[in-house]
Amino acid sequence: MPLLGGPPRVVNIGVDLFATTLAARDVPAVHVDWRPPAGGDPRLAAVLARLDRRREAIDRANATALERLTNGAPFLVDCRPAREALDLPDRTVLHSGPPIAWERISEPVRGAILGAIRYEGWAANDDAARELVERGDVRLDPCHHHAAAGPMAGVLTPSMPVFVVENRAYGTRGHATINEGLGKVLRYGANDDSVLARLNWIATEAGPLLGAGLRALGGIDLRALMAQALRMGDEMHQRNLAATALFTRALMPGIAQVGGRHHAVARLAEFLAGNDQFFLNIAMAAGKSMVEPVGGVAGSTLVTVMARNGTDFGIRVSGTGPRWFTAPVNMPQGLYFPGFTAADANPDMGDSAIVETIGLGALAMVAAPAVARFLGAGGTAEAAAMTLEMREICVGEHPHFRIPSLDERGGPVGVDARLVAETSITPIINTGIASRRAGVGQIGAGVVRAPLGCFTAALEALAD
Amino acid sequence: MPAFNFVRKSYYRDSVTLMRLSRDMEAVAGVSAAAAMMGTPHNRALLEQAGLLARDGAAAEPADLIIAVVADSAAAADAARSAAEHALVASKPPAPTATSAAPRTLGSALKLLPDANVALISVPGAYAGAEALKALRAGLHVMLFSDNVPIETEIECKRVALERGLLMMGPDCGTAILDGVPLGFANAMPRGRIGLAAASGTGLQEVTCTLARAGEGVSQAIGVGGRDLSDEIGGVMMLRALELLAADADTRVVCVVGKPAGARVAPRLAEALAKVSKPCVVWLPAAPGPSTIRGHNVHVAATLEDAGRAAVALARGTTPTATEYAESAADIERVGGDAARRLAPGQRYVRGLYAGGTLAYEAAGLLAQSLGEVALTGDGAGHRVVDLGADVFTLGRPHPMIDGGVRREWIDKEGRDAGTAVLLLDVVLGYGAHPDPAGEVLPAVRAVRERRPMAVVGSVCGTDADPQSRAAQVERLRGAGVVVMESNAQAARLAAAIARRAR
Repeated sequence: MPLLGGPPRVVNIGVDLFATTLAARDVPAVHVDWRPPAGGDPRLAAVLARLDRRREAIDRANATALERLTNGAPFLVDCRPAREALDLPDRTVLHSGPPIAWERISEPVRGAILGAIRYEGWAANDDAARELVERGDVRLDPCHHHAAAGPMAGVLTPSMPVFVVENRAYGTRGHATINEGLGKVLRYGANDDSVLARLNWIATEAGPLLGAGLRALGGIDLRALMAQALRMGDEMHQRNLAATALFTRALMPGIAQVGGRHHAVARLAEFLAGNDQFFLNIAMAAGKSMVEPVGGVAGSTLVTVMARNGTDFGIRVSGTGPRWFTAPVNMPQGLYFPGFTAADANPDMGDSAIVETIGLGALAMVAAPAVARFLGAGGTAEAAAMTLEMREICVGEHPHFRIPSLDERGGPVGVDARLVAETSITPIINTGIASRRAGVGQIGAGVVRAPLGCFTAALEALAD
Repeated sequence: MPAFNFVRKSYYRDSVTLMRLSRDMEAVAGVSAAAAMMGTPHNRALLEQAGLLARDGAAAEPADLIIAVVADSAAAADAARSAAEHALVASKPPAPTATSAAPRTLGSALKLLPDANVALISVPGAYAGAEALKALRAGLHVMLFSDNVPIETEIECKRVALERGLLMMGPDCGTAILDGVPLGFANAMPRGRIGLAAASGTGLQEVTCTLARAGEGVSQAIGVGGRDLSDEIGGVMMLRALELLAADADTRVVCVVGKPAGARVAPRLAEALAKVSKPCVVWLPAAPGPSTIRGHNVHVAATLEDAGRAAVALARGTTPTATEYAESAADIERVGGDAARRLAPGQRYVRGLYAGGTLAYEAAGLLAQSLGEVALTGDGAGHRVVDLGADVFTLGRPHPMIDGGVRREWIDKEGRDAGTAVLLLDVVLGYGAHPDPAGEVLPAVRAVRERRPMAVVGSVCGTDADPQSRAAQVERLRGAGVVVMESNAQAARLAAAIARRAR
């Protein structure tokens, strides 16, 4: 009987010489590229050690949470005004990220909020709109508190139509606005007349038509659609070209059934054809419907929400339910449109990191070599390295979101706050870059790292 | 000369890799001292004591790499930095492939090797306990090479291991051979019928090499860590190892290589040995008071060599005998006499310069039996034996088993001392040790002997199957005039005999 109960198989942590010696003798050995946990912070290391005493219970809780996350079955079923779909009260403006007071909100998000107030007709100009907010006559609240996820500024008001995604495995719902396209758009802080005119068209023509078409179809299976788009070069954050095409193909029979007014159908078709990122908001609504059942698994360290409001980065963790843990948001790194530089950029914003939370976006970067250039000069090699790095902080691999270039393995999914703190590898998020001035809009795109501080704060709460 | 510091943010490298950099940096002209260390508070304090800390280094974080150089010019310091950075790049881990990268955590490694059963851990002591506990909780046996692990951590690790029926070898466990696989610093060893449990790394190596040279082999060699036999730890892992060896069908003879046992542990060890229904051999370093270890099945050996030979004898059903010298008494008389005659008046003392801690301890004990007082520090006036592997001598520098730099300095220092009659050395071979340890010390030995006559006596702990080959190393040492003895014990006895004859 071997002393070890089987042939020696060694994990070597530390001096690589020992692993080299074992490998030379054909002993199976894996060398860990070890670094001091928590970046050498002794206080955080102590928190991790405290949690490690409950490792088995936490691992079990995380397995439960991961199962709920990856079993989600999102179907796009409707498109209706937020007033109806979310029971959103009048004079309420939703925004992206964790809760934030008006005084701390960055310029482009302010621009979007003021534009939305004018769009709703609650004020005639920005000064009057600002007064309403400052007096408390317009209430600000995060999208995430209302089963919604908002891109960039994430501004959502009662008359805006929202996509309704039903997670049929758990009966939860997720919502997001209709993507406005590129250029001057409200979500990047632009708020002039052209922006409001497009919002009006979306609310009065495109939204009702989309809703009718979706209802006629009885729902579109988004998990299958997203799994397919992943195989076609989308990671569904920086690139949504394949998903938008697949969505349009699935949608149009329904639109054809209900679209009485020829010109309205043509305008919607043209809008879809010219908007490569259209599907992003649908992916976000799907993501929100998928993370909703994951919150509240006692003891779980799985991250259920990552969201930014242009000032703070906030996360929620399954085991602590709805509680937010925040840290100052980082600046995105990326490529800029002509005429703009990093000096023009606002700190990162948006609930779109819901896409990474469910295992897409930067976590699936290896599937989207066409947009890998946003990461730097390397392209595909860096894209692969990014996905492998994210695997180090994830609990599992997605059973449905499989990636051909990973030998058909699932992409990493289920960020574990413990692993983030232990390795100091923070989640990477693909993102658009907004001007730091209101009214300008998008000036580039790139990636951003989640700040470590919100993960360590969550762990401290879990360790208590 | 001023100190120059270069800090690389968030750039972890293990200490063995970093210590190799010191040598590369010190080879640069105009550099008098250099070290590369992670910026932990402890390391920063060490650098400060050594006069190596400058402002940038003082502000470094634990995850930052400090390259510290004392040099006569900024240009020389910068050249040393480039040498270090060149070596760092050369030692970079292999690049990740498209579908796998080097894992960063134990959990990630277990996804790549799901049926792993041993974790070999050699991270800095402050972090080692947490890694060991993680591995134990994941169901892995642990060999913890690291030292400087708090004793409370060791107690907890061993408690968790025993609860789960796992081995917790260490902390401060340098070597083990499990199911034929050497872990850490170990010698190439045939499999066989002698099972060992050891609280000492080089002690275990000396015993196993002795029995391998006699044609026997090892069934299992279980390290327990240098503190296991203390009263705080209670010998818990030694007792567990004895149970395992007693139950192991391949093990015919059990051999215990110890450290001084605590007052409460010694009787429990004796009791456990008496329960082993196999012949047992025990070597414990001389402890004050009469030994409590005895029993009809227990042979207490006086030296590590005798422990190895006794295990061989018992495995073969013969009676163990003590060995004084492998050579004849006449040969010893002649060699000792020749060496002593060449010494000048006043050259009276043995100076032991060791890479192996337990070998140093054994030598000091044997010298003391013959010569009286022997200091175990570097600053005694008379006979002294220094364990150059101890932390105080290896600040930011490689262990003498990996690199001869520290020992060359000490050979030079003792060689210049008018009182030195005999230099006593060990040369430790095996996996992980320097590829040519004899070659590492010989330049210094030759330089000393060119200045004046001096006896140099040593032994080589290893086997001919080791990567360095014991026979080849012995040859190299003898070629340089070193008197190479069969074992450390014999080398120490001869050194004492020469010193006794000195005037």
